[in-house]
Amino acid sequence: MAIVDRIGAALDRSPGGVILTGVDALADWARGKSLWSMPMGTACCAMELIAASFNKFDFDRHGTFPRPDPRHTDVMIVAGTITYKMMPAVKRLYEQMPDPKWVIGMGNCTVSGGIFYYDTYSVVRGIEEFLPVDVFIAGCPPRPESLQDGILRLRELIEQESIAPGKRRERPLTLPSPEDGCGEGE
Amino acid sequence: MALDVESRQVVETAEGEVFDQLVVNVGPSHPSTHGVCRVIVHLDGEIVTRAEPVIGYLHRGIEKMAENRTYLQVVPLTDRLDYVGSMYSNWAYCRTLERLADIPVPERAEYLRVIVCELQRIASHMMAIGANGADTGALTLFVYAFDQRERVVELFEALCGQRLTYNYVRPGGVSYDVPDGWIEDVRAFTTEHRSALAEMDKLFFGNTITRGRLKGVGVLSAADAVAWGASGPVARGSGVNWDLRKHDPYSVYPRFDFDIPTGTEGDCYDRARVRLYECYESCRIIEQALAQMHSGSYRTEGLPRLIAPPPGDAYDHIESARGALGIYLVSDGSPRPYRMKVRSPAFCNLALLPMLSEGHMLSDLVAILGSLDPVFGEVDR
Repeated sequence: MAIVDRIGAALDRSPGGVILTGVDALADWARGKSLWSMPMGTACCAMELIAASFNKFDFDRHGTFPRPDPRHTDVMIVAGTITYKMMPAVKRLYEQMPDPKWVIGMGNCTVSGGIFYYDTYSVVRGIEEFLPVDVFIAGCPPRPESLQDGILRLRELIEQESIAPGKRRERPLTLPSPEDGCGEGE
Repeated sequence: MALDVESRQVVETAEGEVFDQLVVNVGPSHPSTHGVCRVIVHLDGEIVTRAEPVIGYLHRGIEKMAENRTYLQVVPLTDRLDYVGSMYSNWAYCRTLERLADIPVPERAEYLRVIVCELQRIASHMMAIGANGADTGALTLFVYAFDQRERVVELFEALCGQRLTYNYVRPGGVSYDVPDGWIEDVRAFTTEHRSALAEMDKLFFGNTITRGRLKGVGVLSAADAVAWGASGPVARGSGVNWDLRKHDPYSVYPRFDFDIPTGTEGDCYDRARVRLYECYESCRIIEQALAQMHSGSYRTEGLPRLIAPPPGDAYDHIESARGALGIYLVSDGSPRPYRMKVRSPAFCNLALLPMLSEGHMLSDLVAILGSLDPVFGEVDR
């Protein structure tokens, strides 16, 4: 947990309201507590993604607010099966998100293709074929609580990051492109 | 790239009038397309001149996959067809298989199937009405409706352990009997649901903004509804009194007393209203089914793990929340289906989109799409 979480208690003890902390700790605290999400719901998991955002589970209290516009968001939650026809659209939306950005893969289909791993010709076997994924959540579909756990795990990952150029967590700089011709529908 | 469309086109009408047409790409990932539908919209100003749905973004090859699965292994695949109402796909598949392989079903199982499917209709319609509200700017309704859906999902979770993909209806019965206290919970739910429906009726359907947004938008005539093969609330909203529960009665439906709500205008408002009144009727059916259900076996004992029906084919259909859902199975005598074909109501209803949206504003397109209530797992299969 970042130092700034204990900011209130620290203010009491500090003379003149001055707190010393690292720039990284402050940046990671700010990033991790307000992860606006891009709900990339394609199939069944989208229902649980909606359920997680509404009454009973209420995602907003974690600071995770769904914005269906990639340019406003920090984390893309890929919920559901990605077919070869859908893949270019997902990739393009990911590219439109501003840095720093993270990806959560929700459901077995994003892990490996899940139930659609065998005998089908149209399903991408795991979104890691074309997206750098930070957190995977297993389940078919996962419960909304699992998704919330995924957000908390992502927050832990973010708190280990640094904003210094040389110290960033290693991420692929260029995305592997899909094989020529595949996924280019029509 | 396949997603690019030519954004400006010069069009000449039959009268020789030349105007610029703006082509807008909506989807495949758009909050109001209810999944992964892509619509290529041709606009004259803000008026839609042509809307062209592009489907197939969720084509997972379920029909083809079924050919490599044993008959029992296909049941979980059918869950993923219509993921807003999984129970229907389960039931339609199991009914066809039971007809093909001549499998008996105990009476208690039939009652349980009716109860879960009517609960599923409530859950699915709540999603449809709520999404209709959210599309037209009334997100409050979505919160009210989703609360009701969540209660149904909790009941299903108590019954079979899953919130979404139930795999509950199995060939020859259902997978579990009811847990302790479940029947009382369902009774309590129907009572509570009725008052919630009355609240939603006042909150949404009596609202001036809602009426302005939905009335007279996307009018579908009864003749067109029949000609285009529309079914379910889309056809009934246009006044076509056609419901398989009444007009091709299956299971134990003839024993219940219920009505088929129909609309008169055939616009988005009537389609949404029909869904709301169907929830009342579902509550009636559930209460009657709970009163009539006797104890007994909930599944046929002694069924083989590998069901190998005699060579032949069978088709059966049920009334799902979206309309007439049919499954056609061909057997060659082996323990795997030779062919499975799904007659998807969402697919047939979605075909109406270009006709209904022509001449309306772009913002009405989402209301029309929402009122057709497509589920793309079922459209693309």
